[in-house]
Amino acid sequence: MKPFALFKKDYHSELRTRYAINSLAMFIIVALSVILFSIGNEKVPQNLTGGLLWVVIFFSAMSGLSRAFVSEEDRGTTLLLQLIAKPSTIFNGKLLFNLILVFLMNIVITLLYSALFEEFIIRNIILFLSTFFLANIGLAVASTIIAAIISKAGAKGTLYPVLSFPILLPLILISVMLTSYSMLGTSFDQALVEIMVLVCYDIIMLTASYMLFDFIWKD
Amino acid sequence: MVWKIFLFLLLAFVSVAGISFPIVENPQTWYQFPLIPGLEENAKIIFFHVPTAWLTVIGFLISTIYSIKYLRKKNLDDDTKSYVAAQLGLIFCILATVTGAVWAKFAWGSYWSWDPRQTSIFALMLIYGAWFALRSSIESEEKKAALSAVYSILAFVTVPFFVFIMPRIMDGLHPGSADDKFTPSGGPVVNFKMNSNMLLIFFLSLIAFTILFYWMWNIGYRSLLIKEKLNKKIIRG
Repeated sequence: MKPFALFKKDYHSELRTRYAINSLAMFIIVALSVILFSIGNEKVPQNLTGGLLWVVIFFSAMSGLSRAFVSEEDRGTTLLLQLIAKPSTIFNGKLLFNLILVFLMNIVITLLYSALFEEFIIRNIILFLSTFFLANIGLAVASTIIAAIISKAGAKGTLYPVLSFPILLPLILISVMLTSYSMLGTSFDQALVEIMVLVCYDIIMLTASYMLFDFIWKD
Repeated sequence: MVWKIFLFLLLAFVSVAGISFPIVENPQTWYQFPLIPGLEENAKIIFFHVPTAWLTVIGFLISTIYSIKYLRKKNLDDDTKSYVAAQLGLIFCILATVTGAVWAKFAWGSYWSWDPRQTSIFALMLIYGAWFALRSSIESEEKKAALSAVYSILAFVTVPFFVFIMPRIMDGLHPGSADDKFTPSGGPVVNFKMNSNMLLIFFLSLIAFTILFYWMWNIGYRSLLIKEKLNKKIIRG
């Protein structure tokens, strides 16, 4: 139950300031409107909208998800956490918080996106939803472990996207592919290999994160 | 000393053979290479470009192995070894990218076209870049070693996606990608159209470049270790 307690603590301190949620919401609006301004009245090719969706998702994730660990370092509560809980518990709690944040964020992005872009039509909903689900898990896991690295390193803000991008690149490439498949209406069976790659990515990242978190946390 | 002379002869032979052996349609003698449809004379890059790409991955592998060693034993010498391997890996990564881009200009018509393998070498370059950025941002030696070791392992587990999975499921221009019209099913170009002498020189080239890498790595980390030792002596007076 301890990870859940940690999650509740993060949830309450988030509700008190609403820092991550507010900045994420504003970031999403800013990013979407920049894209809309730059497009103007042009007709956008269909598969470009699928790619742009993941651009918005990636940069929104980079703007908000490092908070999980950086806030502990800022408040100076890291030592206390190290005393009261095992590293795996801490990671579980933070991962749970980031998972929920990622899911909320991406649901908002996708809904806004499909409302604002007429060309963004999903023909195979099941394929898109499974891509969305698996990619969100991968995004949350990778960004949580990198947030942990960042919080221990000196430069926090700029380094986060730099470190995350190469790690997230396989996930983003496969998700862009799968999104364009689901916009073309490819059947689930034909896209099974790519879905499997996504599942592999999630499992590998989760395992590696659990194994490596101890070394980051105890220094 | 003997193996250095051996390495010199091997590299000299590989360079001469790789560049000068003619490509003909029906190889008759031992020094003729077969014609590979779609590649023709351009096929010769395989003796120099593939080893650099191979060393990029080997450099990363050695760096990760010493990162794991560091995390287990907390010996800063292992961190130095990992650092030097990554430095060399970055050099070979740039070489592979540049030679590949120049080759692509002649074979495909443009320097860069986001072929899956171009994407993957680019991603490797990004990983190396991010790794060095992370290292330069941390002051304390132990912290730097531990965090960069963790990042190196984390990045290494994504490498199979770039090197093995992407080129096989995405359409590309590289010989042996998923929709290569000259090969029945995707896979490396090595297996099917190179004859035995071409294969022999290709593998000799791989071996020679690997030994060269080992030599450079050995000199690199030994000089860094001596430098650190001297620094400590100066500080102690």
